[in-house]
Amino acid sequence: MKNRGRFGDFGGFYVPEVLIPVLEELEAAFYRYYEDPRFVAALGLLLRDYAGRPSPLYHAKRLSEHVGFQVYLKREDCLHGGAHKVNNTLGQGLLARYMGKTKLIAETGAGQHGLGTAMVGALLGMETKIFMGVTDIERQSVNVHKMRLHGAQVIGVEGGTGTLKDAINDALRYWTGHVTDTFYLFGSACGPHPYPTIVRHFQSCIGAEARRQCLEQCGRLPDTVVACVGGGSNAIGMFSGFLADEGVKLVGVEAGGRSLAQGRHAATLVAGRVGVLHGAKAYLLQDEEGQVHETESVSAGLDYPAVGPEHCYLKDTGRAQYVAAGDEAVLDAFEALAKLEGILPALESSHALAYVMGLKGRLDGDAIVVVNLSGRGDKDVGIVEKCRRDNLGQA
Amino acid sequence: MKSYREVFGQLRREGRAALIPFFVIGDPDFETSLGVVKAAVDAGADVLELGIAFSDPIADGPTIQKAGIRAMRAGMTVARALEFIGRVKAYKDVPIGLLMYYNLVYQYGVERFCVNAHAAGVNSILVADLSIDDADEVAGPARKAGLDTVFMVTPNTAEQRMTRIAAATTGFVYTVSVLGVTGSRDELSGQVEGLVGRLKRLTDVPVCVGFGISRPEHAVAVARAGADGVIIGSKVVSMIEQNLGAPGAMKEAITGFLGDIRVALGG
Repeated sequence: MKNRGRFGDFGGFYVPEVLIPVLEELEAAFYRYYEDPRFVAALGLLLRDYAGRPSPLYHAKRLSEHVGFQVYLKREDCLHGGAHKVNNTLGQGLLARYMGKTKLIAETGAGQHGLGTAMVGALLGMETKIFMGVTDIERQSVNVHKMRLHGAQVIGVEGGTGTLKDAINDALRYWTGHVTDTFYLFGSACGPHPYPTIVRHFQSCIGAEARRQCLEQCGRLPDTVVACVGGGSNAIGMFSGFLADEGVKLVGVEAGGRSLAQGRHAATLVAGRVGVLHGAKAYLLQDEEGQVHETESVSAGLDYPAVGPEHCYLKDTGRAQYVAAGDEAVLDAFEALAKLEGILPALESSHALAYVMGLKGRLDGDAIVVVNLSGRGDKDVGIVEKCRRDNLGQA
Repeated sequence: MKSYREVFGQLRREGRAALIPFFVIGDPDFETSLGVVKAAVDAGADVLELGIAFSDPIADGPTIQKAGIRAMRAGMTVARALEFIGRVKAYKDVPIGLLMYYNLVYQYGVERFCVNAHAAGVNSILVADLSIDDADEVAGPARKAGLDTVFMVTPNTAEQRMTRIAAATTGFVYTVSVLGVTGSRDELSGQVEGLVGRLKRLTDVPVCVGFGISRPEHAVAVARAGADGVIIGSKVVSMIEQNLGAPGAMKEAITGFLGDIRVALGG
């Protein structure tokens, strides 16, 4: 490897030997093409004409009135496919094409990354397989249908709790046996080097645009930038635009689930301990011995026991702070945005909104908070309805 | 404690490759597993490769994944696994290679783990998700504690890297015969012969071959290619799975199979 892939002591590439040559090949290709004018132009066109970038930065006036400060939503939910995931799937898909790979595989939790990969597989004419936990297949069936319509094969993963962690396990295993012609299109800013760097790069358009748009609309930088964190791709894409602006406070919101008791949440940075999973040293939800814990969250996309290594580094250096939002507050935020602004946010993004709504009345009226609305919530309507019905049943 | 050097040296003089079965410690439970491993030693295992179950074994196929789940459900822990190794070693002094995932070693504390593993009777440690690039995190403490280091070579390893891997290895090179995870395969990989040949030209460290070996003729082909040892994992682990609840039949199936391999290897 050219680079150790470290963020402080976090990150690295803790993988079986068989994957080392493949990661080396990927790293070399990324550094060869990511600033190559032909590649940059091709990706720029796709991001504009296919995905719909730039995405708007929207001043949510009724929400702002409700909380008592100025809230701006970075509308990644407006992109084709309904989430920020397409930024990365277009980038990596194009990279795969430049590398001469003919097949794509990907893991998915909520199905948004799987959908983004399936779309790009169709667009580039590549055979696509999506690994998805059986629990997630059940709770995100709409996305499963969409992936299949785009011609992808969705492979159900039975292991563990049938969620994102298990999907990554099986995708890595499959890749081990198909390294020659298959490109693993990793969805989050975690996993072994060079993925955290690649995903951050392809998602950095979020932060770069948001910074520029905020300056244009407000004449100054925001006071606070908020994003939800599962593996951490939308958050790192957003934060990357503001890392150098020391006055801008960065807040990552993790899935607090039912409670912060073991196994009932996915708040890795808030409640985890450093360990090694899926090729990277990072905060991890685990038991005393190092067996990885099961996680729980109302949002499949955040239901993951590890987190991107750069977020670990930002936590330890104090540049960003990380908090957890519980399922109840998240559902409230989902409904509030739907009623106040006519926007259905993804349950993942609703974590960031829940944190912002929790600040109600605690910031100055002219304070500017930019929230990454990483995806839209159409996929979650059934889940929200079910949660509310179950709670009514208990009451 | 018998060393790899003694065992592989003796086998080279006899002109025979080592028979190395792999088991997940405590599969399906501590006592049954101990009985099976002892039976494997009686059936002629020259070296044992033992794994400690981990929640996310990304290098393993379904057979060994299920074995790990059985072991963990029956209460296997790292401390119990080291106790298990002590019990095996007390039964017979066979070299034991430990195969693990890094997080278990990391959480235990690398130095403390190496010292306790050596005290329990472990000869070598192979961390499945730690390549030579990060070997320093374990290799130093391992050697200081008296453990040999084992690293993997795969069919896509470049020659220059192979040299570095061989140099970092003091026990034996674990040669993976196929691109893929662990698991029985009907056909032996066509890449084995070339891979073993290349390694043999590069190093004097013993070369053992694993992944996908499930029949006596596979073992013979691997030995003919010049390997010093034949590692058989998923096939014997599947015999545990097929005989759950019948420890007698389980041991019989495994000793019968290992006996056939041992005969095929010439001894």
